[in-house]
Amino acid sequence: MTSPFDHLNADALASIAMPGAVPQDMPPMLARRLAVEHGSADGGSPPLSRRHFLKLGVGGGFALGLMPVLAAEEKAADTGAKPAAAQASGAAGGAPAAAGLKPFEQPSAFVRIDAEGIVTVVINRLDFGQGVQTGLPLILAEELDADWSKVRSTHGSNAPAYADPLFGMHLTGGSTAIKNSYAQYRELGARARAMLVAAAAERWNAPAASLSTAEGFVVAPDGRRAGYGELAEAAMRQPVPEKVTLKDPARFRLIGKPTGRLDAAAKSSGRQAYGIDTRLPGMLTAVVAHPPVFGAKLLSLDDSAAKAVAGVKAVLRIAGDRGADAVAIVAEGYWPAKMGRDALKLQWDLANVEKVDSQAQLAQYRELAKQPGPRRFKADVAAIDGAAKRIDAEFVFPYLAHASMEPLNCTLQWQDDRAELWVGTQMPGIETMAAAKELGLAPNQIAVHVQMAGGGFGRRGTPSSDVVIETCRIAKAMRGAGLRQPVRLVWSREDDMKGGYYRPMHLHTARIGLDADGKLLGWDHVIVGQSILAGTFFEARMVRNGVDMTMIEGMKEPYDLPLNLTTHHPKVNVPVLWWRSVGSTHTAFVMETLIDEIASAQGKDPVAWRLAQFGDAHPRHRDALKLAVEASGYGKRELPAGRAWGVAVHESFSTVVAIIAEASVVNGQPVLHKATAGVHCNRAVNPKSVEAQIQGAMLMGLSMCLPGVAITLKDGQVEQGNFDTYQVPRITAMPEVAVHIVPSTEPPTGIGEPGLPPLAPAFANAIAKATGKRLRVLPFSLA
Amino acid sequence: MSTLNVNGQIHEIQVDPSTPVLWALRDNLGMSGTKFGCGMAMCGACTIHLNGQAVRSCVLPVSAVEGQAITTIEGAVGKADDRVARAVHEAWVKHDVAQCGYCQSGQIMSAISFLRTRPAGEKLTVEAIDAAMAGNICRCGTYARIRAAVLDAAANIA
Repeated sequence: MTSPFDHLNADALASIAMPGAVPQDMPPMLARRLAVEHGSADGGSPPLSRRHFLKLGVGGGFALGLMPVLAAEEKAADTGAKPAAAQASGAAGGAPAAAGLKPFEQPSAFVRIDAEGIVTVVINRLDFGQGVQTGLPLILAEELDADWSKVRSTHGSNAPAYADPLFGMHLTGGSTAIKNSYAQYRELGARARAMLVAAAAERWNAPAASLSTAEGFVVAPDGRRAGYGELAEAAMRQPVPEKVTLKDPARFRLIGKPTGRLDAAAKSSGRQAYGIDTRLPGMLTAVVAHPPVFGAKLLSLDDSAAKAVAGVKAVLRIAGDRGADAVAIVAEGYWPAKMGRDALKLQWDLANVEKVDSQAQLAQYRELAKQPGPRRFKADVAAIDGAAKRIDAEFVFPYLAHASMEPLNCTLQWQDDRAELWVGTQMPGIETMAAAKELGLAPNQIAVHVQMAGGGFGRRGTPSSDVVIETCRIAKAMRGAGLRQPVRLVWSREDDMKGGYYRPMHLHTARIGLDADGKLLGWDHVIVGQSILAGTFFEARMVRNGVDMTMIEGMKEPYDLPLNLTTHHPKVNVPVLWWRSVGSTHTAFVMETLIDEIASAQGKDPVAWRLAQFGDAHPRHRDALKLAVEASGYGKRELPAGRAWGVAVHESFSTVVAIIAEASVVNGQPVLHKATAGVHCNRAVNPKSVEAQIQGAMLMGLSMCLPGVAITLKDGQVEQGNFDTYQVPRITAMPEVAVHIVPSTEPPTGIGEPGLPPLAPAFANAIAKATGKRLRVLPFSLA
Repeated sequence: MSTLNVNGQIHEIQVDPSTPVLWALRDNLGMSGTKFGCGMAMCGACTIHLNGQAVRSCVLPVSAVEGQAITTIEGAVGKADDRVARAVHEAWVKHDVAQCGYCQSGQIMSAISFLRTRPAGEKLTVEAIDAAMAGNICRCGTYARIRAAVLDAAANIA
């Protein structure tokens, strides 16, 4: 089990998500994207006209392969003809693209080189901190032989080229960006390089094969050099090669080298713009009053005081998420909108909606767990009852909010025949479909400008498109009130934290039987938790035989276990969603703490037990663990009094991470002092980024353990609302962390999520070693 | 009409006196480097300097700061002659601190204030850094690199 999306193939997704959603002939979008990219740094200036861009392009440099697209589009606009798909992907206007190439294989959509040789690479993912904004350009620049100091990066859009090359849909998730686009970006770079070489060959009347490239130059055997900037315009007119030869990895000079983020300076000076910073001329700001219980209807609304607030333009009733009502306040800025919302007098109908109580819910889950549900793994469990030794364990995991630092937001500009959205989204194609439906437009009349996001952890990839739909409904209601301005929806922290789409609450029960020698006789396991995928377009493929595959990922493998696993997916009035590392947020904890108990029952060292299990059958697990063990000094170094070692190893998203923890109990609280990670992610494209992701994921894993991080409900209402009641870790909780990467030349695997799952079980195993007490409820409490 | 003195420039703005400085900066002055994170001084994303001291602008009404000197991230890092601010900015870039980066304006403003006001010559410890930076939440978990960057910046201005 790796990514939740591994269960999907491109065809499956194409049939549910893409086609029709984002048609191939979408050149206006390309033009708008480009125009916006040429706008001010805050992404807020009005899009330039296509003609303006053309002029800018001619005067200010050249966009590799993009010019023909725009030229064709201009021509089409002039003649009223509709550009064909082939033209949109760069085939027209004198730059004959290879007909056999798909949009995501065309360098025209991904590389721009200006006259000064500045190379701008478009990324086909959302960067919300994970660093693909640097990683993907690094891969392309390697094959392009670019001068890294001249490489820049920018976000893509919902244009077809930016779909995931394997899934066929626009997607940032499942730690797939580098994994799925490694080959794609290498080939894109190699194609662009071949076009630059061909241009130099033409200029010098020399065979292309005699020329080489180095750091932004084409070089002739006699020493003549031409910079990419000066060759770019001629390169554009070269045919796009279908087949290219990639570099021998032994010659890599960028891939594998620790490289700082391209956005480090902008993000260290307040200059980086995020979705919430979008400003359009005349733009209004909306905040929304949501019901206190999910799905509740409005009984009465008194908006007289709200309308009297200076700056409030309208108070609008809209349909809310999950059948609810909602009230939007549209104003000249966030503060007047919020003052307007505070002045609303609302009565909600709470009698006719399911009101969840976390305590009662847990009791119901315990009842459910007494019976087997739909089965994932089958094993004979008859011997458990009479076993000489037993491990009977119950695990409880609460709802978790993503609590990204940038609250959810979306900006919409809607003219009659087109709409543009500025939003930090993991799924721009899905948002396109949702917006088109809400606004009564065709999908190709929607442009989604993907914005840098201040975190996300899954919440910006919501299949129901709740935030985009809310924005569209506000815009529609604004029209009814005679308001046609662009609108920016901003959620407060409370809206964000109380707004649902949580990592589901889970209950695990395990009954394990061992004989007198510790040999495993049987393991009967039940998981209870809401299905993340139920009701979404992923359900058809990723819920199998009644089992949501995202809930059980991470169970069993790589161990050879007599595991009988069944599941229950109760329906509960709380919206749920993936949360960084998805099912592994709980399955890794359950598996790795129980494995530790089994090793302990057999009198074995937990590291030695695991290494024996991995053997040569699971070399990546073995090597990751060995590296963490060596680097941490496990078993060799004397720990300070009271501290103990803990270990956990887990594969998620095709990457294996082993963590060795050092923990103790301080003032009655479990404290993690140090965590050493051994990481097997195959080839590390940017080791500096791998380190950052593992460090960050470990801290987020720690956040699940420390007191204060849980979403609970009473009378149907979420009890937490801000960082006073949902206490995410601060710098004072940060353990010493060390990240070590197993060297490998295999194609890279994911890194955004896999550092998270093994942290909590390694920590718990260390506390068990130190105190003899097994922690099975998250967040931890020794009381 | 309220008067705001931001980065040495005087701005006259028409807002409700209860408007937090954060929203006056972002929505009225178009200065978006100062971030909205929680609205209740719990996360530090909105940290600015008021008369040189780090404060949370999301709970600071404009009526309370008339005429006083406000420095935002744009003003602090933009000033070439500010040794401390420059050292902090450079350390943040060198250590590749930012991931999503959304909290980093606030982190940097807190770090500048801390390094500027701490007693000269006192040995800098991780505990002291943690105490100074505990008001700023980073959800990406960049804390290890924040510690390293503050230590580095301190060494460079010593």
